[in-house]
Amino acid sequence: MEPILDVKNLTMDFGGIRALDHLSLQIKPGEIVALIGPNGAGKTTFFNCITGIYKPTKGDLLLNPPGKKTKKLNGLKPNKVTEQGLARTFQNIRLFPNMTVLENVMIGRHCRTKSKIFGAIFRDPRTKKEEKEIVEQSLEILKKINLDKMADEYAKNLPYGAQRRLEIARALATEPIVLLLDEPAAGMNPQETQELDELITKIRDEGLAILLIEHDMKLVMNISDHIFVVDYGKKIAEGSPEEIGKNPDVIKAYLGEDI
Amino acid sequence: MLSFKDFRNGLMVTLWFVFLTFPLLVIKINPIEKSVVWRWHNMLYVACGTFVFYVLSRLYLARKKEQQQKIKTGIVEDKVAWSAKLFSEPKFYIPIAVAGCLFALAFPTLFSTYQVNIMITALMYVVLGLGLNIVVGVAGLLDLGYVAFYAVGAYAYALLNMHFGLGFWTVLPIGGLLGALFGILLGFPVLRLRGDYLAIVTLGFGEIIRLILENWGEFSQGPSGISNIARPGLFGIDLSLEMSINFMYYLTILMVIFTIFVVNRLQDSRIGRAWFALREDEIACQAMGIDKMKTKLTAFALGATWAGMAGVMFAAKTTFVNPASFTFLESAIILCIVVLGGMGSIPGVIVGALVLILLPEYLRAFSDYRMLVFGAILVIMMIFRPQGIISTVRRTYSLKD
Amino acid sequence: MDYFIELFFSGLTRGSIYALIALGYTMVYGIIGLINFAHGEIYMIGAFTALIVSTVLTIYGFPLLAVIVLTALAAVIWAASYGYTIERLAYRPLRSAPRLSPLISAIGMSIFLQNYVLLAQTSDFQPFPALIPEFDFMEPYAHIVGSSDLAILVVSAIVMILLTFMIKFTRTGKAMRATAQDRKMAMLVGINVDNVISITFITGSALAAIGGLLIASHIGQINFYIGFIAGIKAFTAAVLGGIGSIPGAVLGSFILGLTEAFATGYVSSDYEDVFAFSLLVLILIFKPAGLLGKATVEKV
Repeated sequence: MEPILDVKNLTMDFGGIRALDHLSLQIKPGEIVALIGPNGAGKTTFFNCITGIYKPTKGDLLLNPPGKKTKKLNGLKPNKVTEQGLARTFQNIRLFPNMTVLENVMIGRHCRTKSKIFGAIFRDPRTKKEEKEIVEQSLEILKKINLDKMADEYAKNLPYGAQRRLEIARALATEPIVLLLDEPAAGMNPQETQELDELITKIRDEGLAILLIEHDMKLVMNISDHIFVVDYGKKIAEGSPEEIGKNPDVIKAYLGEDI
Repeated sequence: MLSFKDFRNGLMVTLWFVFLTFPLLVIKINPIEKSVVWRWHNMLYVACGTFVFYVLSRLYLARKKEQQQKIKTGIVEDKVAWSAKLFSEPKFYIPIAVAGCLFALAFPTLFSTYQVNIMITALMYVVLGLGLNIVVGVAGLLDLGYVAFYAVGAYAYALLNMHFGLGFWTVLPIGGLLGALFGILLGFPVLRLRGDYLAIVTLGFGEIIRLILENWGEFSQGPSGISNIARPGLFGIDLSLEMSINFMYYLTILMVIFTIFVVNRLQDSRIGRAWFALREDEIACQAMGIDKMKTKLTAFALGATWAGMAGVMFAAKTTFVNPASFTFLESAIILCIVVLGGMGSIPGVIVGALVLILLPEYLRAFSDYRMLVFGAILVIMMIFRPQGIISTVRRTYSLKD
Repeated sequence: MDYFIELFFSGLTRGSIYALIALGYTMVYGIIGLINFAHGEIYMIGAFTALIVSTVLTIYGFPLLAVIVLTALAAVIWAASYGYTIERLAYRPLRSAPRLSPLISAIGMSIFLQNYVLLAQTSDFQPFPALIPEFDFMEPYAHIVGSSDLAILVVSAIVMILLTFMIKFTRTGKAMRATAQDRKMAMLVGINVDNVISITFITGSALAAIGGLLIASHIGQINFYIGFIAGIKAFTAAVLGGIGSIPGAVLGSFILGLTEAFATGYVSSDYEDVFAFSLLVLILIFKPAGLLGKATVEKV
């Protein structure tokens, strides 16, 4: 099957430091792919490169939306990347703390809606309809992640685990084709991680491809279809969870030389 | 509530301020006559003032901390401030708005022309404050050169009226458009900059505009300014001075209502949400598919549009403009209105403008201290109440419809 | 040719005053990332304190040398105290607040101090006594470069050398550099960051006071408003050189001083301030990192 997101030889230099070194990665439709590696291996840099926050030094990013032409994402601004269908969450939660939970999700609908200043001032029927749809769709998404009871709460007042789920909801609101999750389980307790596990699987079953960075190996081994391992910006292994679990290079990267 | 240590610290702080203010406040020299006056009484004022202020601020902080502790441990619910509640629930704010409107409409019949004039000025600051509120309060872009767009509007009317005899009603939209145009021209290159650099660039831009108006005599008649600008006409009817002032007053009221209407609708829209989100977190915003530049530029240009229109009204009201009306201090006053009232809060900005403009007018004795107080307000608000007098409450959407 | 040299020296003089103020901006920005808007006011307060102290001392019949030394000392001590107090009062409580809060607070502080001096003293221009005597050995060159120009150049050179020494070699200087690079890490290795920041404000303010004293004596008059323009120009110089960089601030100041001197000398003095403001706007738009500064990447 043709990959939905095809990253070819992605390289990123910061001054003299090569943070990513010819990293290639493919995600097939409906797959959960995990990107793992020790701290500082370049995982978040990889995310920042493919979502347009950093401009990669070299390499190609190709998106194949089902039924549409292949699109090249290199050099696009972050908002354009999101418009094309890549949505992300952040490692250190970046919600809009002083907006309500519902409004956070509504912001996600921004790039799929159109009304402009004129519409905002005169509230023509089209704008009204669009506003109503934004609210309904956002509530729908909140229901899916079980946060609809807290829709009017300020985002900053949510418990930690709920904030992480809200970030996922906000990303989902942009109607992504590929969802990028940066350490979604960080700081969660086992119960919350279990719920997250179910949520991610549910999202996958709805047809989205998911790329996640995660340190919780239990979660990764449990839900991933395919795993890529990076260290010092290079890919050192890839394969199914079983293969990765047995790979000596991976064990070495994680535990050091003296094993 | 306060310990002995607090009082000891208070004494130390008092001594420090007595030392600090000694040369500037106590000694008054006359370098020409070579004489010195020692104003020892000032030292006493400083000492008492510092001590009282110190104790009060300690008390305030201690109370705030206790309150937060209680909220954390769940003894007390985190209440919405009464001021915010007052303006977020229809059963409270509708009567207030109606009463306010009635009073505003009756104002010229109740008070003298002099008072009406002062009120016009205050209302113009309401418009300016609401305009800047879009930029600073909602979108979080610190614009220190707001007065430049105000000047653009004022000079647009002055010059177009002088050279081409254009009337108020023609120039009002032109002034707004020119403001927007300047806003876009400036905003396009500078909105990429980080917040603090943006503040400085806009400040520089404001000063450039003023200095050009001052030095380019052929264009703007230099520091002496342009006088005899026509007042707004009413279907060609000849108005007496008093009537035309009253007419100007109602125009300003209309403008205020129009501004409130527009700003309110904008804030509660797709664009308004994007502005607010942009103020909260730019990177997250972009990752959600919001075009940062475009969104910032709309806020900046809309703010400038309002400044432009307010400028036209200013020129029409005073019938005279000169560069001295458009100094940095003017921008600072408008900023102070927004900060005091509450960034992003429409009722807050209205109250802020009325308090800051009317109080110094009626407390003549204190009007010398006006700018001193404005400066202090900016600092004190940032430290003790950054959300302003009336903080904003985000809109909630009822789950049924 | 003489005119050229005269302009050149006047540019150098301006440049060194800008440098004395710009250093304060750049040091504070380097360490807490704040544009200390009230810095120009510190410079003005330094000049006013100098005016008051020197007048009082002269009236009470102190000899010239004593007047100069005591005036300089007083200006430095009080300006530094104001700098320290401003940081404690208006910036420290806002250390973890959103980025715009301390900036708004700084603007408020600047307006407050301007009006404080206006109310406490006067709104008029005050004549400032020429504290720097005409040197006899300078007489043959007096038509090109004045004695006070020379004094300004020498004093600022000495001050800048001392500052470089302090930052490069002393413990405090090392702590400053460490704090500027990474405040959290500096805290973890046991540096008292609050003290370092205070010292930075004190040092910057002392430099500005020296600048204020020198320029006031050179120009011969001051008022409460001189800090605003001087502050913006020095800030322009700091940005031109790359804000946060100490050699950058000095370089930027001399470039600004010289261009201003030549532009007003050969073109026109009407637009002197417009020129500086335009330069500021242009640098920030086209090269916000400045000549010697480094562009930073925001961590996500």
